[in-house]
Amino acid sequence: MTSYFPEGDELQKFVKRRRQKGLIWRSLFLLATTLGVIVLMVLLVTIINDSMGYAAVAYKIAPDELVVGFYRGMMLDAPRAQTYTDLDDLARALAGNPNAVGLLDPAAFQAHADILRQVQVAGGDLSGVVVAVSKDNDWVQNVTILELTPLFTVAETWSDVRPGWPDAPVHRALPEAGSPALDAFVTQVYGDDPAEQPIEALLAMLAQHRSAGALRQFVAEKPLALRTQEEVLAILEEQVLEPTVVETWSLYESLFDRAAIKEAAAGMPDAHLEFRRWITWDFITSPQSSQPEYAGVRTAILGSLWVVFITLIFAVPVGIGAAIYLEEYGSGSWLDQLIETNINNLAGVPSIIYGMLGLAVFVRALGPLTSGAIFGVGDPTTSNGRTILSAGLTLGLLILPIIIINAREAIRAVPQAFREASLGLGATKWQTIWHHVLPNAIPGILTGSILAISRAFGETAPLIVVGASTAIFLDPSGPFSKFTTLPIQIYQWTARPQAAFQNLAAAAIIVLLALLLALNAFAIYLRNRYAVRY
Amino acid sequence: MNIQTTAATYAIETRNLNVYYGDFHAVKDVNLRIHKNKITALIGPSGCGKSTVLRCFNRMNDLIPSARIEGDVLFHGKNIYDPDVDPVQVRRRIGMVFQKPNPFPKSIYDNVAWGAKINGFKGDLDALVQESLERAALWNEVKDKLDASGYSLSGGQQQRLCIARALAVKPDIILMDEPTSALDPIASLRIEELMWELAQDVTIIVVTHNMQQAARVSDYTAFFTVTPDRTGYMEEFGETPQIFTTPASKITEDYITGRFG
Repeated sequence: MTSYFPEGDELQKFVKRRRQKGLIWRSLFLLATTLGVIVLMVLLVTIINDSMGYAAVAYKIAPDELVVGFYRGMMLDAPRAQTYTDLDDLARALAGNPNAVGLLDPAAFQAHADILRQVQVAGGDLSGVVVAVSKDNDWVQNVTILELTPLFTVAETWSDVRPGWPDAPVHRALPEAGSPALDAFVTQVYGDDPAEQPIEALLAMLAQHRSAGALRQFVAEKPLALRTQEEVLAILEEQVLEPTVVETWSLYESLFDRAAIKEAAAGMPDAHLEFRRWITWDFITSPQSSQPEYAGVRTAILGSLWVVFITLIFAVPVGIGAAIYLEEYGSGSWLDQLIETNINNLAGVPSIIYGMLGLAVFVRALGPLTSGAIFGVGDPTTSNGRTILSAGLTLGLLILPIIIINAREAIRAVPQAFREASLGLGATKWQTIWHHVLPNAIPGILTGSILAISRAFGETAPLIVVGASTAIFLDPSGPFSKFTTLPIQIYQWTARPQAAFQNLAAAAIIVLLALLLALNAFAIYLRNRYAVRY
Repeated sequence: MNIQTTAATYAIETRNLNVYYGDFHAVKDVNLRIHKNKITALIGPSGCGKSTVLRCFNRMNDLIPSARIEGDVLFHGKNIYDPDVDPVQVRRRIGMVFQKPNPFPKSIYDNVAWGAKINGFKGDLDALVQESLERAALWNEVKDKLDASGYSLSGGQQQRLCIARALAVKPDIILMDEPTSALDPIASLRIEELMWELAQDVTIIVVTHNMQQAARVSDYTAFFTVTPDRTGYMEEFGETPQIFTTPASKITEDYITGRFG
């Protein structure tokens, strides 16, 4: 009997050939997946590479110099303070006055140990400097760091420092400005970090370096008593220290090409190198600024959240409603089919077209409404309708087709048997939809909505047309505020010439990705929570 | 309109019932009288329109946009296709059990209680659920796991759950569309026994492909077949023993004895 099917060797070869074909396809699919993963990794690596690394920062006045200079000035200006160029003179003068206290470097003290006595500093001696008194002084044995502060600055009498000490005036013998012993004393007793200084000292520094007019303005904005140390510190940094980022290097260069960076930095006087993570808590919580040092993304994050919130409350209910109508109530007439075709087409329309639509409808035609003018709550600067409301509605239109299409798919996937069972019990159409169709479609609807919201979150072009502000320093306060969003902020920063803004853009991208991830995670959590499957 | 429950010999009857799907004439001129508290089986070859007729009894054909019905379906003397009749009221009185068990993706308790809740039941829901499950011969198997999913049950149990669900709204008639075709023989037998129990106070109309089942379970049998242009019609109707032993029609006899169909 002749067989029409392959047999024997021919069969072996035939099966092998079929398997090989399958293997080729499988490899191609694996390749496609790998390609996708690689592209994603490259993207992430590029962003992270830009988001941290060495930066050359130049200050108008270095922070340590500001603090040390301030206290040095206070000490030299203290009552009965005498400076000596020659430490031998200082030692002799100190020895001759039992009411005096003085500073020497350890070598000079050793040379005059026969006539002077070292004062022990509680909590460990200072290095590079010795606090000394005359042998005739019989009350000072030891002092605390806290007592050293008034002792060398404001105290009039010894009893001001410690009540048990005599009521004699304090005399001070100091080495001249610029000597290592004096600087060592200041650094160790008062510190050299502005952040550690009390608010009074910071205000005094501010007064020292700024004009009286600038200070008055500062006080007029908010009384000093209400200012916090952080606020004063920020003003001090912005107006006195004035750090500027001269140049930045990527993470890769910072890790593997440090020598070249050091060399380049050496060529920049006044600049010092520091390793920076551009994405910091300050970056996230600071508003926009024209200086990269202080620029942050709070305004943009709030703007993005507001816009997406408006988009969500507009597009999701409308989209689900339209999907329910088309799937459950629509009769499949030519009108329904026309609507369906149009919705599918709308999903593919370039987003900039939606921007133009938003500009024409929400900004121009509905301007009084979207600016809040007819409610009387609008910000006068946004009376033209370029507000969060306009942007949210525009993005809502943009993602509406996506939500409708996905929701229809989800509703269609609910087994007809549930509808029949429900109607067969005497349920109305709406009861059937509400109790059986929607609960079973919710996971699918949420998945579609998540995709759509993610798209809205990252959308840039239509918002530029609708009128997102590129430089905005005030947080949005409601749907009628001017706004900027994270993608707009990133776009604007990448267009800036200064190197530091490129790093800020990279940091903002990470914030955007993290926010997207958080948003999606929350939505997936909601989906899993409400999709109680039986 | 308000459907009144009145004492009558017939639970439901059709007069010159014709069903069209678009241009297609699916069923023609069916005149059928269903006796109260009896089991009526609708049998016939595939495509003869027996399921279509069954679905006319509770207006389930309304779900098919192209379906059109002519003639009367009289329920307590009222044509349920009259414009002033709400299909929701009809379905409340005439329940349905489907070919494949289709419990809701809810707990066993909620499956039974839901229909009563949406129909405005004001009595003791727990008692109603228990009573319905007992009538469906399922109570002893599920009384300890009422919170479990309806889908945790076996196929036969699921079908009995669907019957309990239909019973919970206290219908006058239960329509069964091949209720055992997805079940194994033992589960099928249990459903048949259950139908006997229920027929004491409920009218049952059952579509079945299984002639032994029709012979075993039903009091009356309607035999449907098709014309050469695929239009279904009722060939013969009578008491089941008569249909299966001395059919009046040659076509019925050929079908019953397995010579065609």
